[in-house]
Amino acid sequence: MGALNSEFRFGNFVGSIVQLVLFILAFVTLLVLPIIFFVLFFVPLPVVDGQVLTPYLFFSMMVDPSRTIPVMQFLIHTDLFRAAVFPGFAFAALIAASTIFIERKLLAKMQLRVGPLYAGKIEGIFQLLADGLKLISKEIIVPSGADKVIFWLAPIMFVSTSAAVVALIPVAPGWVAADVDVGLIAVFAILGFFPLIILLFSWASNSKYPFIGGLRALHQMVAFEIPFLLSALPAVIFAGSLNLSNIALSQNIFWNILVMPVNAFVFFISSLAELERVPFDLPEAESEIVAGWLTETSGMIFGLIQLGNYLKLYALAGLFVILFLGGWYGPQIFPPELIPGASTSDVSLLRLVALEGLYNPVTINSIFWFTVKTFVVILLMLITRGINPRIRIDILLHTGWYKLIVLTFINLFVVLTLIYGGILGPGGLISVK
Amino acid sequence: MSSLDEKIEEAKKLSMHIVKESEEEKLMTLSVGPQHPGTGHFRFIIKLDGDYIVNVDLDLGYVHRGEEKMCEYRNYFTNIPHLERPVIHDSANITYSYSLAVEDLIGITVPRRGQFLRALTSELDRINYTLYWLAIYGIFLGHSTMFMWPAADRELVLDLLERLTGHRITHAFNIPGGVRNDMPNNFKEKCLSQINYLEKRLKEYEHIFYNNPLFRQRTEGVGVLSKEDAIKLGVTGSVLRASGVPYDIRKVEPYDIYNEIDFNVQYMKTCDSFARAYIPFLDVRESCHIIRELLDKMPESGDVREKLLSNIKGPPGESFKRVESGRGALSYHLVSDGTSRPYRVKISTGSFRNIIALPFLLVGSKLGDMPAIYWSLNYWPIEADR
Repeated sequence: MGALNSEFRFGNFVGSIVQLVLFILAFVTLLVLPIIFFVLFFVPLPVVDGQVLTPYLFFSMMVDPSRTIPVMQFLIHTDLFRAAVFPGFAFAALIAASTIFIERKLLAKMQLRVGPLYAGKIEGIFQLLADGLKLISKEIIVPSGADKVIFWLAPIMFVSTSAAVVALIPVAPGWVAADVDVGLIAVFAILGFFPLIILLFSWASNSKYPFIGGLRALHQMVAFEIPFLLSALPAVIFAGSLNLSNIALSQNIFWNILVMPVNAFVFFISSLAELERVPFDLPEAESEIVAGWLTETSGMIFGLIQLGNYLKLYALAGLFVILFLGGWYGPQIFPPELIPGASTSDVSLLRLVALEGLYNPVTINSIFWFTVKTFVVILLMLITRGINPRIRIDILLHTGWYKLIVLTFINLFVVLTLIYGGILGPGGLISVK
Repeated sequence: MSSLDEKIEEAKKLSMHIVKESEEEKLMTLSVGPQHPGTGHFRFIIKLDGDYIVNVDLDLGYVHRGEEKMCEYRNYFTNIPHLERPVIHDSANITYSYSLAVEDLIGITVPRRGQFLRALTSELDRINYTLYWLAIYGIFLGHSTMFMWPAADRELVLDLLERLTGHRITHAFNIPGGVRNDMPNNFKEKCLSQINYLEKRLKEYEHIFYNNPLFRQRTEGVGVLSKEDAIKLGVTGSVLRASGVPYDIRKVEPYDIYNEIDFNVQYMKTCDSFARAYIPFLDVRESCHIIRELLDKMPESGDVREKLLSNIKGPPGESFKRVESGRGALSYHLVSDGTSRPYRVKISTGSFRNIIALPFLLVGSKLGDMPAIYWSLNYWPIEADR
């Protein structure tokens, strides 16, 4: 009985637990509940289905699950839900986590790696959790000469900036966290923040390797920003709008990639450079500058930056789908009704969803096709990591400034010819009706 | 004036610039190693002007073990296990030349079957070493598939070596007088099947790595070491052969049965990092060919080892023998004073000869070229430090 303290008494143990529960109850009744009611007194309560959604009504819904349907319908149309859960952060984070999982499996298959293929029970999915827990539990080491404020702020800025890009990506008609009229410009404006954050962080680290890495990131991102923006231009000309939803809607007849394959290629290469993925992982080149601008990161600071990177990966893959792969368009594979002939007498949750209009076949279909296409693009981005070595900085700058910019103009001319010839575009022979 | 002299002049000029106050502020001193994923047990301090390397200061000796001094306190047989420690994955070659030198000193010849087995282990270890080296070259250039593939396929050779010698690495198989034990039953068939599979894999390596345009962009025309400079600096092995000198100890001074073996000396005339990266790969192919030939020509039975006393006494005198290891000429100079222990053992390794070329190649190149040049020199820090 080495694990048990010799002064251990069972009675004391039970007593301490009872005491703890009492304290918690007292805390809730005396402090938390009054605060909630105080707040509710001032906050205008939402009207759901003709009734004011009071806490009493909310609790009564636990008894009758069918009454939660209007609340759910109300909730999923709030801005908070869109920003935080569905087309926004949680959805993107889920895709990011599955991307990490797929990346490991795919590369393990390609590279004869043993670990990720066989570790753990359910396809090694617990390894992801273990990695996450490891990052959370690790000590965060701040270098002694570091600029502490920026060192702590930069990872948070990195994640929030990535999340801001994610918020602009529509996944289905009407399903976007921020429906901005200048959506594409907004995406590039937000992406322009990343070199700044990286440079600030590398400067704040007060170390030579991060500094070189930060400068490399700055050069790289500035060099690839212009071809990045130019390659998206023909899609805008087609749609006659900068709104990402409108760009996706303009592709209901054919995908943009059929008309502008060169631009899609340039966009893909530029997004790899923007994401610092192989072969453009110069800012993190380990054999030259240890871990580049991430050298001094540890624990959750590193974790946050990785999360931001994968969010960004999702956002740029989604942007590729919206601009070139026809957005959410695809064959309708979901039935018009979830369960044909369902009656009101049955109260299982699935039937409730089917009956009360939460199931919209067009939206579900759009989300499905958007997700599938996004994963295909993500897969392409991952495969390049398995087959390429790292590129050198001068070759990279040469590629960005000379080759890619020239390439973007080829498709621009093609598209302009088609539009002035009256074949495509707004008001052309083949266009959106 | 050759390009080496020009480079030395350039380096001198730049070092003089460093002294000036205004110039010093422009330069950044970067310590690469010993705790750096890009070096190993070794350090070089580089000075950067922007992205260009202007000065390189080598700092070796982090893993010095005093192998030469240790040899003076052990007899000729007990020297074997500690001598193979500097290159554990090429241990057949580092003990090969030692055994040859001892045999030359005491004047015996190894039985014919023993000579074949020695050559066989030597070639298998050359493959083993080169695949390991290639794996590291892959990850140095950021090619993670090239890191994993050779590291996994190395198991094929390790499996063979374990069957043959009893150990995956550090076999202590070559001893003065021959090899420790004979080859196991049906080793030949196993060996041939593994080598056939390895040759198939080598084609895939060529597709994914050597024919990759990005790899070629990074290595072609980078770190050019001309023929004259290579001879002047005294580099050996693949580095020398990549500079257009077809110099292989196995051809130039054939030891044991290498004069009966028909093989080509691989060399290229482009003198750049790509040639230095490609030559060891070609060597592996040639080794596969040699192994087939060895298994074919090997006598069916016979002694593998000349019986010797456990503490042989060498007659007073000297001997010098060298072999072609994975990294170049590996030579031993033995001095005996007539006792059962060597009076002096001098080891000359290919790694140390090759690393001398590093500062001359790095000065004037970009920081991004550093791993491509450094690891193409076929350098193993522990062997160089001995």
